[in-house]
Amino acid sequence: MSMPFGYASPEQIMRDKADYARKGIARGRSVVVLQYVDGILFVAPNPSRALHKISEIYDRIGFAAVGRYNEFEELRLGGIRYADINGYTYDRSDVTGRGLANLYASNLGRIFTESIKSLEVEVVVAEVGDTREGDAIYRLTFDGSVFDEHGFAAMGGQAEAVSGRLKERYRESMSLADALEVALTALTEPGGERPPVGQLEVAVLDRNREHRKFLRLTGARLERLLAQTTTPPAATPPSSGDAGEAGGTGGTEGAGGSGGAGGPAASGGSAGSGGALPPTGPEGDVDDGSSPL
Amino acid sequence: MASHRDLPAGLVNQIFHNTGSSSFTEFVSSYAPDLLPRRDEVLATPIGDQVPHATTIVAATFAGGVVMAGDRRATSGNIISQRDVEKVFRADDYSCMGIAGTASTGLEFARLYRVELEHYEKVEGRSMSVQGKANRLATMIRGNLGMAMQGLVVVPLFAAYDPDKDEGRIFSYDVAGGPYERERFDAIGSGSIFARGSLKKLYRDGASADDMAMTLIQALYDAADDDSATGGPDVTRKIWPIVSVIDADGFRRLTEEQVSGYVQQMLDARMISPDGPIAPLR
Repeated sequence: MSMPFGYASPEQIMRDKADYARKGIARGRSVVVLQYVDGILFVAPNPSRALHKISEIYDRIGFAAVGRYNEFEELRLGGIRYADINGYTYDRSDVTGRGLANLYASNLGRIFTESIKSLEVEVVVAEVGDTREGDAIYRLTFDGSVFDEHGFAAMGGQAEAVSGRLKERYRESMSLADALEVALTALTEPGGERPPVGQLEVAVLDRNREHRKFLRLTGARLERLLAQTTTPPAATPPSSGDAGEAGGTGGTEGAGGSGGAGGPAASGGSAGSGGALPPTGPEGDVDDGSSPL
Repeated sequence: MASHRDLPAGLVNQIFHNTGSSSFTEFVSSYAPDLLPRRDEVLATPIGDQVPHATTIVAATFAGGVVMAGDRRATSGNIISQRDVEKVFRADDYSCMGIAGTASTGLEFARLYRVELEHYEKVEGRSMSVQGKANRLATMIRGNLGMAMQGLVVVPLFAAYDPDKDEGRIFSYDVAGGPYERERFDAIGSGSIFARGSLKKLYRDGASADDMAMTLIQALYDAADDDSATGGPDVTRKIWPIVSVIDADGFRRLTEEQVSGYVQQMLDARMISPDGPIAPLR
């Protein structure tokens, strides 16, 4: 690495790189990954339908990322190649989330130390097991650190705030509707509006599926699921109250479960989307909107 | 073979450099060519008769989908090398392939083809078109021509549900590739002549999946009746043909119970009329 302006200490260089990467990552919107009873749920506010932040890597492995699209897309493609070639060489069951997380970690770490600019990405590699105990969520940061998360992970945007809200509400073995509710609550600033259905990217790794566990939830399926949550999204304001009532009175499995959760989510549901909360909160999403996504 | 696991970290990252194509095969051929089926070997003697051969596969469309079925026999020359071999494979959620010819090569193709389709889907974020899938398989078969000339012939039959047309489609191949799209039904393998004759008489346009599964089981029985390399239902060992159905809901393989139900029905009827259902003359 050339030093055009004389000497800079390694500490300084690393600090600068890390600051640079952190700023880049914080510009985007948050992504939430959490466990539910049948597997792992990924939720990302994402206005683009073509550029995914969540993706399938292999039969049991999913991928979520925040930051620069071109950078994490390359990681994603590399991951798919790694997984497919491993599964083809050995057996499909020999492709593990841990192996992929290690591959990513070594790459991110190497790029962080060797390149002038580190990757401005944060990545989650999640693997669904046959039972809840077999599930794994690995979060990888731009410098190659790996965090073995338990139950949930949040990254990008106001990651700490989102993570805090997630921690408050997360419970083990939630139904899918409950988990989605928790994720959306965590992704929304108190008093803020929820992202509309059309701007949500949602996917699951469902352990009960055959062959490939990864499934994108889109269109009608996602809307049905959102209707089961206690607080409907802000997509269609006139009908949102109706959907909330239907969820509350329908006595469906999901609605009943989330009603039992209590807390601010339940009270918000009865008053429409976020109605019980003060109207002075910042509008829109948690980020400043300058991200390409 | 140098597995990427044994390589130092720097070399592993070649995985991030070859980003030119969505094809898994193309990537592997530059990354770990030894993993692919060999195409350039020259065998001292043809070994065609010594390795197990898979035999008859039949497929037919029905209203809104396609059914594929295969018998369970593998033969090496005049020996039955396996009684319960599986020759119909799920390729992805909406397609499947059956193989006839050298069983080992066919298995390898099926495994590679599945990864190939899935790889494309994951990389591109969309499923490959049905025609694209058929063409891709043709290229793989064409690549095997050299080995086929030395006796390692493998010929697939490909069936898929086409969501754009809401119908099932069938493609067949020869040793040099293809694909040849087939209307209504087709059969490959040693018993295919007899199976095709049977299907010609039994096929009904607009039949249900249920009826078409029965039709294919009849056709396989007719093939087994006249071809020594095709296995009939093994009643004593309870080995039934493999039947797979693909429609708008995706690929599903019928369970043992379902297939044994069809087989029992057919056998009961054939106890009275051994040549099977009789097609109307006029």
